[in-house]
Amino acid sequence: MDKQRKLLSAPYYLWMGLFVVVPVLLMLFQSFRDMDGSFTFLNLKGYFTSPVYLYMTGQSFLYAFLITAMTLFISYPAAYFLTKTKHKQLWLLVLILPTWINILLKAYAFIGILSQSGLVNQLLGVMGVGPQPLLFTRSSFLIVATYIEIPFMLLPLFNALDGIEGSLILASRDLGANEWQTFRSVVYPLSLSGVRSGIQAVFIPSLSLFMLTRLIAGNRVMTLGTAIEQHFLVTKNWGMGSVMGIVLIVIVFVVMGLTRKHQRGGIG
Amino acid sequence: MKKNTKRSSVYLAVVFILLYLPILYLFFYSFNKAGTMNQFQGFTFKHYSALQKDTRLLIIALDTLRVALLSSLAATVIGTLGAIGIYFSRAKRTQRILINLNTILLVSPDVIIGASFLLLFTLIGFRLGFYSVLVSHIAFSIPIVVLMVLPKLEEMNEHMITAGRDLGANQWQVLKEIILPDIRPGVFAGFFMAFTYSIDDFAVSFFVTGNGFATLAVEIYSRARQGVSLEINALSTLLFLVTIGLVLIYYFIQKKQRSKKQPLSLDPTNHEKAVRP
Repeated sequence: MDKQRKLLSAPYYLWMGLFVVVPVLLMLFQSFRDMDGSFTFLNLKGYFTSPVYLYMTGQSFLYAFLITAMTLFISYPAAYFLTKTKHKQLWLLVLILPTWINILLKAYAFIGILSQSGLVNQLLGVMGVGPQPLLFTRSSFLIVATYIEIPFMLLPLFNALDGIEGSLILASRDLGANEWQTFRSVVYPLSLSGVRSGIQAVFIPSLSLFMLTRLIAGNRVMTLGTAIEQHFLVTKNWGMGSVMGIVLIVIVFVVMGLTRKHQRGGIG
Repeated sequence: MKKNTKRSSVYLAVVFILLYLPILYLFFYSFNKAGTMNQFQGFTFKHYSALQKDTRLLIIALDTLRVALLSSLAATVIGTLGAIGIYFSRAKRTQRILINLNTILLVSPDVIIGASFLLLFTLIGFRLGFYSVLVSHIAFSIPIVVLMVLPKLEEMNEHMITAGRDLGANQWQVLKEIILPDIRPGVFAGFFMAFTYSIDDFAVSFFVTGNGFATLAVEIYSRARQGVSLEINALSTLLFLVTIGLVLIYYFIQKKQRSKKQPLSLDPTNHEKAVRP
């Protein structure tokens, strides 16, 4: 009977092996090959000795960090207030509905909003400030990326905050804690699992938003994702692209490890 | 206390407005007589009729739908069976490793999936086009199906299976009569999520579409790079209306089934995002 079960899940293992493990191994393999296909360490060496690439990786990290921090800063109060509203599930749905609009369409909307005579500059004009070049700057990339990632932070935060037992909060109030103290010593520690999931859900994708860097930042921002796309699809230097891919994979594992749930003491 | 509720409603309202403003901006200008996204010069439907005549775009829209339907169906079947396999794997250690692996796949960046698939397809000489996109969509949708189905399996009453077997049911009957009906909501949720992931995907498709085939997102990207075209606005308005319809239907189906304690199990778009606390 176990055999049958194994047979049933065979397509799953087969598919995952063939289309997940093999491609990643290929990428690892490719990172040791030069443009002609022969074995080399030059890609690796090239990456780790190139100030340009290392700077790009650092910058990529910094942007992802800023985006994550800003989304967290905006989403945490929103998620907290959401849990206190009536019909909270419906309001949550309303707030995360924009994620069902393709990311490219949202980026495209910002091309209009941030353009030379777009909405923001018109508002600035009303306030007496002349038109500012907003599009194709670093801050425009940060703004649009934050906008796109907010719902992905909001959802895990909401789920964590909403899962806190109401009786714990009542108990804390009964024991004389005021609202702020209750928040600090009861609500906040219990919401950390949501914060961790939110960071995972925002930080990792933020490293690879190559379409935004192209459409919004006008190539002023180079993230790891942009560099990988460039090496694979534009310059066709797959070896170097693969090195960066492997670096990105390693970063993903590190981030996952750092934000992993602690087994002891936490409430699952 | 009352002041507090007021402040929180204001905050939520501001977030709401910020989130919807760009989208409404997009829709608003789809009716603009002038061809730009900043000076509104009067109301027109001409961008919608242009859209109607754009056969290339319509074919691409149909192709996108075809990929999404086929890939989510296949991912649902494979993923559900995979989840059952993971659930029944004897050693708890193996089980935990498999679940962790699934989570890592969920958060793995699109560019990695795209680039590594490009490597694979090139190596085995697979032509880039409809099938390469389909295969990669199936692959990145499977983990989300597994994620949706596994909790339902864990909620399942295992005694039912033992009872069924005692009463003489064979493996197939146990699967068909006991397990599948029990986990049906998870399977549907998985299908829905896989479908939206596929519709929404850009990065993976971008790597493996090749020449001659495109999905909507890829086409929009190449058009948007050339500048503003209000046909895109018109298209996004229509797409949004369709999605709202789908999401609302899904929400009310879920609401009927959902017990109070479970969190909302719809989870937005991109497949790396489905991490739950």
